[in-house]
Amino acid sequence: MAVATNSAGRPVDLREPAGWRRTKNQIMTVLMWASFAVVLVPLAFVLVKVFAAGASAINWQFLTNSTIPPNVMPLGTGGMGPAVIGTLEITGFAALVAIPLGVLGAVYVNEYGGRGILGRLVAFMSDVMTGVPSIVMGLFIYTIWVLHFGYSGMAGSFALACLMLPVVIRSSFEMLRLVPDSLRQGSYALGATKARVTLTVVIPAAIGGIVSGALLAVARAAGETAPLLFTILTVEQTNSNLFSGPNTALSTQIFANATSPYVGAEARAWGAALTLIAIAFTLMIAARIVTARFTRYSR
Amino acid sequence: MSAVTKADPVKPAGSVGALAHRRPLGDRGFQILTLAAGMLVLVILVLIAVTTAQQSTAWFSTAGLSGIFSTNWDPTTNHYGALAFLYGTVISSVIALVIAVPVSVGVALLLNEVVPVRWSRPIVYVIDLLAVVPSVVWGLWGILVLVPWLNGVYRSIASGLNGVPVLGTLFGGPNSTGASFFTAGIILAIMITPIITSLSREVIATVPAIDKEGAYALGATRWEMIRGAVWPHSQGGVVGSVLVGLGRAMGETIAAALVIGNSAEITGHLFYSGYSIPAVIANQFGEATGGAFRGALIGLGLFLFVLTILVNLVARGIVERSARKMRGA
Amino acid sequence: MEEQEEQVPVQVQQEQEIIPKLDIPDTAPREIPTGNPVFDVQNASMYYGDFRAVTDVSLTIYENEITAFIGPSGCGKTTVLRTLNRMNDLIVGARVEGDLRYRGASLYASDVSPTAVRRRIGMVFQKANPFPKSVYDNVAYGPRINGIRNKARLDEIVERSLKQAALWDEVKDRLNKSGLGLSGGQAQRLCIARTLAVEPDVVLMDEPCSALDPIATGRIEDLMHEIKSQYTIVIVTHNMQQATRVSDRTAFYSVLRDARSDTRTGVLVEYGPTAQIFGDPRDERTQAYVTGRMG
Repeated sequence: MAVATNSAGRPVDLREPAGWRRTKNQIMTVLMWASFAVVLVPLAFVLVKVFAAGASAINWQFLTNSTIPPNVMPLGTGGMGPAVIGTLEITGFAALVAIPLGVLGAVYVNEYGGRGILGRLVAFMSDVMTGVPSIVMGLFIYTIWVLHFGYSGMAGSFALACLMLPVVIRSSFEMLRLVPDSLRQGSYALGATKARVTLTVVIPAAIGGIVSGALLAVARAAGETAPLLFTILTVEQTNSNLFSGPNTALSTQIFANATSPYVGAEARAWGAALTLIAIAFTLMIAARIVTARFTRYSR
Repeated sequence: MSAVTKADPVKPAGSVGALAHRRPLGDRGFQILTLAAGMLVLVILVLIAVTTAQQSTAWFSTAGLSGIFSTNWDPTTNHYGALAFLYGTVISSVIALVIAVPVSVGVALLLNEVVPVRWSRPIVYVIDLLAVVPSVVWGLWGILVLVPWLNGVYRSIASGLNGVPVLGTLFGGPNSTGASFFTAGIILAIMITPIITSLSREVIATVPAIDKEGAYALGATRWEMIRGAVWPHSQGGVVGSVLVGLGRAMGETIAAALVIGNSAEITGHLFYSGYSIPAVIANQFGEATGGAFRGALIGLGLFLFVLTILVNLVARGIVERSARKMRGA
Repeated sequence: MEEQEEQVPVQVQQEQEIIPKLDIPDTAPREIPTGNPVFDVQNASMYYGDFRAVTDVSLTIYENEITAFIGPSGCGKTTVLRTLNRMNDLIVGARVEGDLRYRGASLYASDVSPTAVRRRIGMVFQKANPFPKSVYDNVAYGPRINGIRNKARLDEIVERSLKQAALWDEVKDRLNKSGLGLSGGQAQRLCIARTLAVEPDVVLMDEPCSALDPIATGRIEDLMHEIKSQYTIVIVTHNMQQATRVSDRTAFYSVLRDARSDTRTGVLVEYGPTAQIFGDPRDERTQAYVTGRMG
């Protein structure tokens, strides 16, 4: 029974509060769920379309054939091999450059910077830099590198590395911050220098989180198009020389094929999109596995 | 024998004698290396500004302020008026915010206040998936799937609103394709939702539990508790995250380039084709053979750079100030 | 030859709390007349998941009295308090078994709304938690969510509540300033005013003075005496002198240790008029606690 009796003998109803308040609460809850539904819809549509249209385009030849045919050619001739290799090479080199620099930068901010103005400035500017549009990075590398040394896959890598650097700094910084100070103190107490403490104790303790953050940064870089437009040009044959000569990548190929009216081009674009998404997803799943299994300190 | 003392990190036990003041070379070198890596961020930012400015001084000086903000963009006659692109960038970003902000804040509140922690993981995965889909894939889907479909939708809306005063102009008779400011706004909204959601969640999570309990103890429903206890604490941070989203929307290139319609027009009709700064740079850079043309495009890039940096600075400033207000009080 | 540090075994010293014998005049009545029952708890146990936090509590809280819950830390007194206004619902995995009645109605019946319960049974917390709003808006929050929009009425309610909380004179000129800018004692009185503004039937207080200095504490204790005639108050306190100063009835809780599973479960040991609990306790555990040999 949910009706009490107060001291004056009159009933006091303990059931639902006045109608409008309850209704408003329910409406708001429905709206919040609805916003999730709004997010789900385009995601579902895009994934379904990419998988359906892309799967029919992808086969071994598509992925490995070393010639990208001109747009007018239908599906079946040639493939996206050069683009796949290009994406892997360019993104890989970018990771090689950006991840060590990013981790070192984060080490500076967390281990040496402390409350000093330089450390805080680097952290703050690094966050601001994550907001710089990717096309600006592409233009930057164009003016500072391509104008002097020509188009190359490496130029593309530099542009991607500029994008990845602040992201790796921020995520590595968060991970280093979580390593308890007692670990550092124990190592100092054994007579280690600060460099040694950082390299042999702190970074290994945070390595799980650092790696997973780096993997996510690589996943984002692999999908970038704009920085590559100004740095690698586009070619139709595989260019395994990263350091000279224009190159190509899945993202730029999708962009080029997207605006082309030919059926073959459209199919190739979907196939390339599926390949690119597969790469990005794999990296994201790898990042999750690393977080789940190898991260010792988490929030 | 010397007593065992706790090692001083600056003077490690291995150094010569107790009077050694200099740290080993390797230790100092490592510190310098990390400092250099950190400074790289500042160096890059400065270099971006400097090099792009260098390349575009010709454009700034010949066109002057009036030339830059004119609507005449005609490379063949060396006119590089960029007002249409600025307009398109602003309009499509505003549309993106109008769509994305309620959705993102709604999801953030859903995750933090409504859904029990155990069930929040799948929802977070969906948001992460949204973020990991590359922008060019969103653009591809946009132009091949969304644009044709929206074409029909726009026409029906336009014919329905024919003659209605304000709405008729805003949503009036579209031109042929369905690629428009509004379509770009939709795609941009999808792309900025993950960042606004995750930043807002971080902010909302800092609301102390006892404040929420205080509201509940007064007999508040969950929505009343959110309005009374959560919102005052987190409004500054949420505004900051919205501004970060705005910065992202303004700089987004590929998806916009594919679905905005590529027509340098300023018009109040949101269903018409338009252009944005990153889209024009991406689309026309390949054809830009002349130094002047290229200089203008790079100048636009510099403009975008400064704009997004400013928006981000304001965003971080707002977040910092509101965090300080909560802490200090 | 190397010196070795001598290993000195560290003894854990038991801290003896020396308190003076409590000043209960012998002529104070051991039994006091009871009014209407407000809460009627029969054999209630509280669980967090599978862990039984408090076991088998039975007591009756009477109208217009101040009832104190005392006991060592971990004995579940706050848990019991929070079940009285269903605040424990907010903790995942918390559940209650047994019969808890509020003025004849079952508190945990399936059709009972927690928000309706909490409007009638208010709570003041250990750490003052004013909202980041103005003083006025803090106090007006409760009435506003209950639908009162009329400015004149709100003004009247705010003034009345702040006067009842003995805060009016200090804030009447700064009603629009933020509630976060008040001192600890003032902030706690603001929270009390906020609670009184919805005109509850019962006010629960969870160690409201533990973070306050003696003067602020004294003011709150005075205000408790003043509002007693209109409200029923239940206060959790770890300060025994406070219990003797303010309460009419006291419930003493203690801890049962299960040696096998090494868990501690709270249990109600003794409940009765304050003078009797402190002057003539029936259970030896009560006696040990009130004379300072434990806790």
